[in-house]
Amino acid sequence: MRRLMMTAAVAALAIAATSLSASAAEKLKVGFIYLGPIGDLGWTYRHEVGRQEMVKALGDKVETTYLENVNEGPDSERSIEQLARTGHQLIFTTSFGYMDPTVKVAKRFPKIKFEHATGFKRAPNLSTYSGRFYEGRYIQGVIAGKMSKKGVLGYIGSFPIPEVISGINATILGAQSVNPNIKVKIIWVNTFFDPGKEADAAKALADQGVDIIMQHTDSPAAIQVAAQRGILAFGQDSDMIKFGPKTQLTSIIDNWGPYYIQEAKAVLDGTWKAGDTWEGLKQKMVVMAPYTNMPDDVKALAEKTEAAIADGTLHPFKCPVLGQDGKPVECKGGTHLDDGQILSMNFYVKGIDDKMPGK
Amino acid sequence: MGLLEAIILSVIAASTPLLLAAAGELVVERSGVLNLGVEGMMIMGAACGFAGAYLTGSTFIGALCGIAAGAALSVVFAVLTLGLAVNQVAAGLALTILGVGLSGLIGAGFVGQRIVPAPHLFIPVLTDLPLVGHILFGQDGFVYFSIVLVVAIAWFMYRTRAGLILRAIGDNHTSAHALGYPVLKIRWLAVLFGGGCAGLGGAYLPLAYTPFFIPGMTAGRGWIALALVVFSSWRPGRLVAGAYLFGAVSILQLHAQALGLGIPSQLMTSLPYLATVIVLVLISRTRGAAGSVAPASLGTVFVPDR
Repeated sequence: MRRLMMTAAVAALAIAATSLSASAAEKLKVGFIYLGPIGDLGWTYRHEVGRQEMVKALGDKVETTYLENVNEGPDSERSIEQLARTGHQLIFTTSFGYMDPTVKVAKRFPKIKFEHATGFKRAPNLSTYSGRFYEGRYIQGVIAGKMSKKGVLGYIGSFPIPEVISGINATILGAQSVNPNIKVKIIWVNTFFDPGKEADAAKALADQGVDIIMQHTDSPAAIQVAAQRGILAFGQDSDMIKFGPKTQLTSIIDNWGPYYIQEAKAVLDGTWKAGDTWEGLKQKMVVMAPYTNMPDDVKALAEKTEAAIADGTLHPFKCPVLGQDGKPVECKGGTHLDDGQILSMNFYVKGIDDKMPGK
Repeated sequence: MGLLEAIILSVIAASTPLLLAAAGELVVERSGVLNLGVEGMMIMGAACGFAGAYLTGSTFIGALCGIAAGAALSVVFAVLTLGLAVNQVAAGLALTILGVGLSGLIGAGFVGQRIVPAPHLFIPVLTDLPLVGHILFGQDGFVYFSIVLVVAIAWFMYRTRAGLILRAIGDNHTSAHALGYPVLKIRWLAVLFGGGCAGLGGAYLPLAYTPFFIPGMTAGRGWIALALVVFSSWRPGRLVAGAYLFGAVSILQLHAQALGLGIPSQLMTSLPYLATVIVLVLISRTRGAAGSVAPASLGTVFVPDR
């Protein structure tokens, strides 16, 4: 009798196990590695919104996990591997500094699909994706050039990496298109996230007389300082109008949702292929927040610029692009700089008086 | 407002949270306890301080909530290290991890909310004085309190009997115990005091500095406060000098960058640390012939034998 019960129990367990794995096989487990807290209101928050949109669109076909506050560099390898070992079939690593760790883990788990944001190293099971944020920066430059009464912009940079440098250059090129004498003051804070430091940098810029502040750091601290000082500013990564209803001109919004849905669907259908995705205003991976706190003619100009970039008639880095020494930069893309040049940009354009750190 | 005045105002704002947290930790370490959980207590103070101010609309209540949150977290540390005689370094590190996580949870519902920043003092005529007006008579309550706090701590430690006992316990808990002083009780009070100060320092960030809450917004300030205590060789006067020097160099390097002086920003960013370490080391070299004044029992566990 006892033996019979044991057998029954084992059989029941076995059935339970098979049904469990069956449902697990139907459900795609998707993992996300985040740089900051999901409440940073900037970069990580927008990836989290993308994840939520994916869950909403695909419902019970997917099951998602995210790990917050994962430090960049070798440390992140453990976190990525943890997701790989716990049955995740598709893993998004959402910051530049996860590049080498992602490559390493991808090598060890060839059957798992990896997607790395803003990087450039790929493998048969490792895609890269990013937004053409410089397109939005160019529009912000046009607005800033029009709106600045003193002709001096303040720019808070995080780290002097190509992504940030190309953003500064695009901004200045946009501003020069409406005000050839525009000047910019750049402060590097060497961090993506330290609200206090970002606020200090914004105060320093305001104290030195800039009347528009833009930033490539993640928190709304700078826009709030601008609001206190009664000057204008741009949001970053997400719509920050709440922090400066009379201050924010617009904001570049990272829109990852559609891409995450598309990639998860591709894995579910078995059509996923490694590749590189770099989309901008046209495919709406980069979206602009409403144009606010500016006169109608500036708004119209901003909208016109946005439309021109989206339909391809205007490229922010159209040739000739002049380096700081005034000499034109090699034009590899025919009429504009090619993607490789933008992705590895390590020079300032003419009109920026500052010296690039480390050069 | 002139540029110099604006810079000094920014320096004061940047130094105050460091000074508040470090002042509390100085008392804790002088009693012989090393609490490495300052960062965790600060961020708890930030989360709860913001929550309190947002829900009641009062900066003052927010500040009290910050103090309470920091002190509450320090109770965990006190129970572990004083009650159960756990290793202080491990407990302190655990406290920071706990604080960062817990504050994210508590603060989650408040992310993206705004509050009115702490009011600034305004005395007609005095506040409008050129150059010194805003600096002396136009600060928020935290700034004045931080100065009063350090003066009070200095007076307490060097001018009162209780302060002498606290220092004696920090230097040799066994002898102090043999003389009949309540070692654990005084350390408990010191740890709670340190927790409250760290909580207030953390609360300063969302209540006055950048009036919103974001998880992780202390961004390492607790560790800087800890380092300041060591480099000030556990003396309140030098602590003020260290905190303000650190704040001053942090702000000045931003201005130097905005002026486009062309000095590498990576070097600029490291300047506050370098300058503070060098200056404080020099101060303790020139004056302290007796060498380091580190509390001799710092970080060691004490279990009363009777």
